[in-house]
Amino acid sequence: MPIDQSLVGREFPPTSPYEVSAGKLREFADATGATYDAEVAPPTFPITVAFAAMNDFLADVQVDLFRIVHGEQRFAYERPVRVGDVLTATLKVDTLRQIGGNDIIGTSSAVTDADGALVCTTRATLIHRGEES
Amino acid sequence: MSDYPTREFRVTRADLVRYAGASGDFNPIHWSDRVAGAVGLPGVIAHGMFTMALTARAVEEWAGGPGRVVEFGCKFTKPVVVPDDDEGVVITVAGRATGENDGLTTIALTVTCGDEKVLGAPKAVVRA
Repeated sequence: MPIDQSLVGREFPPTSPYEVSAGKLREFADATGATYDAEVAPPTFPITVAFAAMNDFLADVQVDLFRIVHGEQRFAYERPVRVGDVLTATLKVDTLRQIGGNDIIGTSSAVTDADGALVCTTRATLIHRGEES
Repeated sequence: MSDYPTREFRVTRADLVRYAGASGDFNPIHWSDRVAGAVGLPGVIAHGMFTMALTARAVEEWAGGPGRVVEFGCKFTKPVVVPDDDEGVVITVAGRATGENDGLTTIALTVTCGDEKVLGAPKAVVRA
């Protein structure tokens, strides 16, 4: 079933605050072979909180994760993520198109710190593969 | 054609499992051939975000250290199919400086697996 057009412009509730620990950063850096400098996160680390926001969104619209393919991803950073940051992501649906039985969903997530200051904005295009594909 | 030293990263199934755990992305298309096949993929594929993370690693090395990337983006144009063997696949990252403005350098990237580009118009902006 296609996703309803009324979703466009809708902002979903922020994710639960997530505290960035040194251990988590080391695990992420090790998994991607990045240099771990004990303070600053690798550039794609904010995807961990943005992904949590996407999971909440998919649950809300009753879409299975395995039907989602990542089409595009962009990050714009105000500052790097650091150990001790407490981050939340707030996802908004920007665009929605239906092409060939697939939903093409454009989302943006504002990743903010404990003070509510913007750390980075992530934009993701999600391709929801229809049942018949 | 690269202004920076081209980097190569070998990717096996074990790397995908490890990345799934570290990132929290447990989409089964990245570890189950059965599910990947059921949604029309040729087999288990790497997380686009894993390819992007490897690309970011090259960019940070070129930029001279962590914390200097101010923009980073790409399209995921071609899935990276990772076979269930010990060899895996090799992802190659090349970059070219295409502009400099106000202390910021724009790097146009080329990310390939075999002969195919796997990311569409990957680009990073880094602080000097």
